[in-house]
Amino acid sequence: MAMPIAHASVSTAARRRGSLRPHGRARAILASYLFMLPSLLVIGVFMFWPILQIVWFSLHQWSFIATDHPYVGADNYRQLANDSRFWGDLHNTLLFTVGVVPASVLLPLPVAVALNRPLRGRAFFRAAYFLPAVSSYAVMAIVWSLLLQPDIGLLSRYLQLLHFPVADWLHDPSWALPAIMLVGIWKTIGFNMVILLTGIQGIPETYYEAAQVDGASTVARFFRITLPLLRPTLLFVTVTSMIASFQIFDPVFVMTGGGPLFSTETLVTYIYHEGFQLFDTGYASTIACILFLIMLVLTAVQLQVFRFQEED
Amino acid sequence: MAMAQPRTWARWRPFVPRVGTAILYLLLIGLAVVILFPFVWMVLTSLKVESDIAAAPPRLFPRQVSLLAYAQVWDRLPLLTFFRNTVVFAGGVTLASLVCDSLTAYALARLDFPGRTVIFVLILATLMIPVQVTIIPVFIMVYHLGWLNTYAGLIVPRATNAFGIFMLRQFFLTVPRELDQAARIDGCNMFGIYWRIILPLSTSALATLAVLHLMYNWNDLLWPLVMTTSTSMEPLTVGLATLTGQHEYEYAVLMAGATLAVAPLLLAFLSIQRYFIQGIAVTGLKE
Repeated sequence: MAMPIAHASVSTAARRRGSLRPHGRARAILASYLFMLPSLLVIGVFMFWPILQIVWFSLHQWSFIATDHPYVGADNYRQLANDSRFWGDLHNTLLFTVGVVPASVLLPLPVAVALNRPLRGRAFFRAAYFLPAVSSYAVMAIVWSLLLQPDIGLLSRYLQLLHFPVADWLHDPSWALPAIMLVGIWKTIGFNMVILLTGIQGIPETYYEAAQVDGASTVARFFRITLPLLRPTLLFVTVTSMIASFQIFDPVFVMTGGGPLFSTETLVTYIYHEGFQLFDTGYASTIACILFLIMLVLTAVQLQVFRFQEED
Repeated sequence: MAMAQPRTWARWRPFVPRVGTAILYLLLIGLAVVILFPFVWMVLTSLKVESDIAAAPPRLFPRQVSLLAYAQVWDRLPLLTFFRNTVVFAGGVTLASLVCDSLTAYALARLDFPGRTVIFVLILATLMIPVQVTIIPVFIMVYHLGWLNTYAGLIVPRATNAFGIFMLRQFFLTVPRELDQAARIDGCNMFGIYWRIILPLSTSALATLAVLHLMYNWNDLLWPLVMTTSTSMEPLTVGLATLTGQHEYEYAVLMAGATLAVAPLLLAFLSIQRYFIQGIAVTGLKE
């Protein structure tokens, strides 16, 4: 009974589809593009077009306020190459990356391994470590600035009790960047831990069971099974943390504004300063182009790494 | 004598794993204390009275618990305005993205049209374009559209997102095609299949994406900082970050504001952790 009915409906569907050609085919294509129209418009206008624009702006002496924007060729790039402030900012951004990325990848690793075991209070720890990732960088950076105050900041007080020489952290050129790095690590740990934990949970239990049968120790299991099988996840976490570090802005803006003596200024805070405080669109775009190139290289590395993984 | 040693060892042996567990717990608790410390201090400080805060040396716990700061903060800061702006901005981006992302993801996952691969690759390519790179031209466009200090300016340029499209497309591909065919036989058109079949079967993916968008925009600083110049349009992050630089505020008032600004997301996270964790986990998917 069921068979003939199914048969009949399929054939009507087939007939209907057939009758739609070729007129129907064009309509189906049109409909497909209508579905995508809002996204394609936004992506085209607010993502791809601006990339062409920053290249264009960077070739001009372009002020947001002026009406005339003379073409200057590579002048902006030449100026940038001789701009010690730019090199200083690049240096700070690299320092921030070097200070934050290894710590925020290596610290959550043993934590994720520990939290993968049946452990009382596991849900509590996981939630606690993740809280910084859920809260606003900007707002929590305000909290951190107050904690780091030399006279009434509680963190400074605790450091003093530990006989650590207390400085005016955020106003001391040699301490301001490390202080922001600390906040960066604090903010990134939980996020990376969740991704690493997901990666560890993806490792088949049978490997560990087999290792147990062979009498492998906990340490051996970590180095022989967990670490090699977690390599793609570790690389992913490293590259995404690097990309995020190169774009660092929020804690710098809130805690130091790039000071003292530009010691915490990063590429993005420099773009913000040139583009939105001095309204020098051309020069800010030149820095943005360099930042984009760095992003492209990092993403290419990421893709390359994953291609290798798949060939393995 | 020779017998004694193994016997002592045998007595201690069962405790060794327990000692290991105790050390592990100590480390985990220590890390939790360090990570939670700023939150605890923020809340405790918001409950202090001014004389308590200024007292040297500073103390973690208030000598006298007071809710005064929570009463004052609404007058000292335009907090209600900041809240409204954050909710409209973050909520608006989330809603708009869910609509745009899912429509596009549906077309890419289910419909057959020329240029599908090219469009998919182009969309994925935008993952390499961070907002920090494009923000100058986007600001100029928003300015010329007359959208500075408007919700349109805050929301429209962010109304779609390559990651959202990608994630939903991958999810839609797992919905059995037989369901589409059955619906088509019943007379459903393309939009009907999207609306009545695909979306209802994807609620967990949509919820995860919604949480990601909400969290990202609620917490964002640079974008709303650039797109708003008037205090009446600033969201919480921008309002708190810029006001603190300009005026001296009582710590208690400032920390009450900070607590109120981060509380909604923290409470949401604690109540629907699964979606947050899932959201983070899917950002870690490589394929």
